[in-house]
Amino acid sequence: MMETVQQVTPSYAAPLPEWLSAEHDMGTTLVAAEFPGGVVIGADSRTSTGTYVANRVSNKITRITDSVYCCRSGSAADTQALADIVSYRMAMHEIEMGRPAAVRTVANTFREMCYQYRDDLMAGILCAGYDRTHGGQIYSLPIGGMMVRQKVASGGSGSTYIYGYLDSNYKPDFTAEQCVDFIRKGVSLAIHRDGSSGGVCRVAIITANGVERRTFTGDQLFVPQ
Amino acid sequence: MAKNCNFLVIFQCKHQSIVLQLAQYTLRKSPVPDCNRCSCFVRNAALESSGMALPKAVKTGTTICGIVFKDGVILGADTRATDGSTVASLNCQKIHYLAPNMYCCGAGTAADTEQTTKLISSNLELHSLNTGRQAPLSTALKMLAQMLFKYQGHISAALVLGGVDRLGPHIYSVHPHGSVDRLPYVTMGSGSLAAMAVFESRYRPNMELEEGKKLVRDAIAAGIFNDLGSGTNVDLCVITKDGAQMLRPYDVANVKGARQERYRFKRGTTAVLKTRLRKFDVQEEEVVSMDTSEASGSA
Repeated sequence: MMETVQQVTPSYAAPLPEWLSAEHDMGTTLVAAEFPGGVVIGADSRTSTGTYVANRVSNKITRITDSVYCCRSGSAADTQALADIVSYRMAMHEIEMGRPAAVRTVANTFREMCYQYRDDLMAGILCAGYDRTHGGQIYSLPIGGMMVRQKVASGGSGSTYIYGYLDSNYKPDFTAEQCVDFIRKGVSLAIHRDGSSGGVCRVAIITANGVERRTFTGDQLFVPQ
Repeated sequence: MAKNCNFLVIFQCKHQSIVLQLAQYTLRKSPVPDCNRCSCFVRNAALESSGMALPKAVKTGTTICGIVFKDGVILGADTRATDGSTVASLNCQKIHYLAPNMYCCGAGTAADTEQTTKLISSNLELHSLNTGRQAPLSTALKMLAQMLFKYQGHISAALVLGGVDRLGPHIYSVHPHGSVDRLPYVTMGSGSLAAMAVFESRYRPNMELEEGKKLVRDAIAAGIFNDLGSGTNVDLCVITKDGAQMLRPYDVANVKGARQERYRFKRGTTAVLKTRLRKFDVQEEEVVSMDTSEASGSA
């Protein structure tokens, strides 16, 4: 009978840091607001893996169709895959319909997937855009698969710090520039307080004339006194 | 992720026969599945209970990185493969070929990165033959990202994809769960923090070739000297619109010490006690093969 020899190999290597195996997470601050004539959406640019910032200039505002964009929060892999699929389905839809997709259609497509796979996905989406029938619209799709239309919406871990700011400072009759300023200040305040948000503030203005994208670097963010 | 991931997404387009699958099967959290009737798992369980642990997958530890410079991209990697705290290979190749204009560095489990890049490389060649043109980098990127997402992070491959296509030079980082980042400079692996520190302080857009090579070499060297999982040499791959050039090794960061003397024993150190000569009769045999197959000769 062979005697089993227990081999004890001492491990000199330090335990691997947790960011090596952690999933790519977007802590994030997302904000969106309607104004007469369109919508303005904004996001920060930090993607973290555990405590390491994997990408400090990420683009969380993703094109779905020419006139509908979405802001992504939660797991980077899940939301990128979701945005890819919805973008593909809406491209087919537009070819079949012969006209641009309605914002509500895009939001519903997101909702179908987010709700059906709610146990497997970690994705919080803000779907916003412009169509000729209903003008500028914003649909909030938090984790779990709910869909609700809102005039002002926010998402991500940083949004909790600016509920008060958004509620008290929003006016439905903003001009495009005032709305951009509102969004920029909101994202800046959230970046100031939330560790998972940071980097630059990316903004997109969606109107009947198309999409205009802007980036506010650190020196252009709003810093409270 | 939930314990039973049943993420099956199939899209069938009316007009095309493309089927887009994302994550296609039930994945369990632990490596040993519920089904114990499988013979190899029974055997593994028996081996483990008798004291022989399963061999650990060889991980590359690793420092890999890539930058975009004036005329293209430069990819860099160290060459150490580890198995726990043992160095399994001193000089393994971590920069994998995907296409003549695309290379991919891989960190994580060595087998996963090797097989993933081989699979996508083969699919890219078929794609290129099918379409009659050189595939852009975004094609390879989508293939890699969708495959890794499908396996929900269980394929431990963190990749730096770099190349030059008709749209210009690009560098992408792909994470094991399937997320993708497009950046002018990326680092991955256990030594990525050390390498990123070098990049963040010295990277500039539109660098010249020699400056770029030095920067990548210094970033990998930072990983080699400050991370236990990375070591030995620095490999580089420079890709421009004229093609790719593998520099392996570009820099031998750890030169082995040279021996000071010859350490052989002199003849006569061991005394000869007895000598005996035996004669062998060697017969040479030549074998001529005959063609005895049915096809030859007459019936």
